[in-house]
This record gives sequence, structure tokens and C-alpha cells, in this order.
Amino acid sequence: MSYQMLMISLSHQTSPDLGPLDDLIACPTCDALLHVSVPDVGGKARCHRCHTTLMAPKDSAMTRMLMLSVTAVVLMFAAVFFPFLEIGAGGRTQRSSVFDAVLVFSDGLLLPLTAALAIFIVILPILRLSAMSYALAPMALGNKPARHAERAFRLAEAMRPWAMAEIFIVGVAVALVKVAGLAKVSLGPAFWAFVALVIVTALNDTLMCRLTLWKTLEDRRKS
Amino acid sequence: MENAGRPTQILTAREAGLVGCRVCAKVHPRGTRACVRCGSPLRSRDAHSLQRAMAWLFAGMVLYVPANIYPMLLTTTLGQTSENTIVGGVIDLMHHGSYGIATIVFVASVLIPIGKFLAIIYLALSIEHPRSVSPHRRQQLFEVVEFVGRWSMIDVFVVAILSALVQLKALATVNPGIAAISFALSVVFTMLSALSFDSRTIWDSNRAAKA
Repeated sequence: MSYQMLMISLSHQTSPDLGPLDDLIACPTCDALLHVSVPDVGGKARCHRCHTTLMAPKDSAMTRMLMLSVTAVVLMFAAVFFPFLEIGAGGRTQRSSVFDAVLVFSDGLLLPLTAALAIFIVILPILRLSAMSYALAPMALGNKPARHAERAFRLAEAMRPWAMAEIFIVGVAVALVKVAGLAKVSLGPAFWAFVALVIVTALNDTLMCRLTLWKTLEDRRKS
Repeated sequence: MENAGRPTQILTAREAGLVGCRVCAKVHPRGTRACVRCGSPLRSRDAHSLQRAMAWLFAGMVLYVPANIYPMLLTTTLGQTSENTIVGGVIDLMHHGSYGIATIVFVASVLIPIGKFLAIIYLALSIEHPRSVSPHRRQQLFEVVEFVGRWSMIDVFVVAILSALVQLKALATVNPGIAAISFALSVVFTMLSALSFDSRTIWDSNRAAKA
């Protein structure tokens, strides 16, 4: 078997005595009540009813996630301030960074669009990465969690669907093709920074084991 | 302890008189307001989740109509302005021979939004009137909807990038149309719809049907 079934589900027959609540978890997807035993590093624990992966702890995940988050923040600056597209037509060339695109004097309908661009591509990803680094850094260094680490981590998780850097990359590619007839276009360094950013974020997300992290946070807080 | 092979035997937190946190899975006695571990608000079942999901979905569907009727992109080349709707843009791309990109835009702006509308309506109906389709399948459908929704934003970003960048004075300018805004809002609203949907109700309705 490729994964370990370490969750023991409770049935109606065994229900009168549930034991201490700290030994139980409720599957966030289907609400099944499960007896928890944390799988070994590299193992996986799935819900018996809906088969959602509940825990998949990785080796020194916290340190690696912290490194990746910090890397991503650095890449983010490159992605925002370096030019990502160069457009030339009739002897004029225009190089633009995401920062320029957002700051360009925009009026009318362009204003809400650039605002959306700034929020989804720049502000939310940076907030998410900083919140994650803030929550992880003190714990990865082996100490107690920072004040409000819980709030920061919860915020980072809530922002996950709204951080859309990878979608932006595909958007740039489509824009490139659309504009090819009008002008000569080429990709700038920021585009590649964005590509690297997406890879780093994806790696970060695969390392992330929410339930284990929450448990560690709680244990460290108590001790 | 017995490991029941019959999934209907599995006890849920609700049946045991407990509440599980949807963020960190910690179990609390019923009536606890906020999770002691992560601070998220606790609800055994979100009674209004379905209502909220349908309200956001409806808002998203309404906005999808102007998003398709009005122009998405206004391109001015040497004094001549041409307007493009979402589907018009796809057809244009096909005329230029970029079939791959045309497919991406078509999938992101037409197939995904419409598929999402249908999927959420189906999931909502399946809760009120239990279906024969297994909850595993419906859970998978829900996860696909959750995952794929944000990719609809591609076309909005394309319009934003083009309009911010292509401002070459007399030669060529690109400006966004009203459809870009309504489409962006439509995507955001359907994402909110999927986020408000409580997946635990998929599993409850199946149980009620079997009981």
C-alpha cells in the first residue's frame, strides 16, 4: 500500500466512550470523527470515509517551507519591479514592469482592472508569503511560536485561493500572442521571475501539511 | 478497535454531539463558538451555506450575461477602432492561426464558467434531493470546481496587461470594455459561491438517503 491508514474511524458500536477529545479529529471535508495517530514522516493519513488526505508530514517541513517562503518574497520583488514585456512598434520601444503597469495613469474602466491586477498578483501573494514566514520563522528556528502566529497562519490559508500569480503567467502568454500582430513583443526577466515564483509556491504547498502544522503550533504554545 | 469496512457506520462529529473545526480539524463540544487551537469560528453545519452559495452563484450568472454581450477589448490601430467580445476574441485568435491560445481562452472564459454554474446547481440540488451518484463523485466534482474556478481570470489579466502596456500613442492603443469588469466580478462571485459551499452537506445528504 502506498500510504498508511493510521486513522481509526469510530463506529456507532464503539461510540459510548470516545475518550479525550484531544485524541480525536473531525475530517474537515466530510465531518467523520477519527481517532488520530500522526503518521511517520513521509507517510499519509486519509479519512476513511471521503479519502481526503488529512496528514502528510514531511521531513523538516517547517524549515524548508520557511526557506521557500523567503525565496518567494525575494522573487516577488524581481517579478514586480523588473520589466516583464517589451513592446516595440514603429521604432518606439516600451518596457514595462508590473509596477509600471499598476502605476500607469489609469482612468475609467482601466482603474478597477489595474486594482484587481495589483491585488491578485502582487498584494495578496506578498501578504500570504509574509504571513506564512511570520508564523513559521520562530518555530522553524526551534523556539516558541510568535505572538499571533495562529492569526497569521489562518490568514495565509484563507488567502490561498486568491493569490493568482500562476494565472498571470498564462495571461502574459496569451497577451503576447494577441499583441503579436500589432507590435513586436518579447519577454523580460520579470516573466521568468514569475515562473520561478510559481514553482517555488507549488513546492511550498506540497510541503504544507495543515493539520500537523496546527498541532505543532498548539503543542509548542503550551510547552 | 474495530475498523468498520462499511462506510455508513462511520460516526460524524455532529452525531457524536461534537463540532469539528474546518480549518485545523480539532474537535470541540457542541456549542463552542471559536476553535481553541486556531481561532476559526465553529459551526456544526453552516445552515446558510447553501443559501449563500446560491446567492453568490446567481450574482455570478447575472454578470456573466453582460460579460458576453459587451466588448471586452477596444483596439485602436491607426485611428480605426475594433471591438471584441469574449467569443469574438476567440474567433479572432483562430483566424490568426493561434489555435492553442484560442483553446485556452475558450476553456477559461466559456467552458469553465458555464461548467461551474451547472456543477454548483447540480451539487445544491443533490443535497435537497439525494441522487444516486455517490458522495465520492460529488466531492470530486466539488474539488474540481474549487480548483478550476480561479483560472477563469486569465482573460481579465490579458485585458489588463494589454491595456496597461499597449499605449503607443497614434500607432496602437488598447482599452478595456465594460465586459472585462463584469467578467472579473462574475469570476469572483462564483469563487465566493464555491467557498461558501459546505462540503460536509454532500456527505450528510447521502446518509439521510440511506437511513
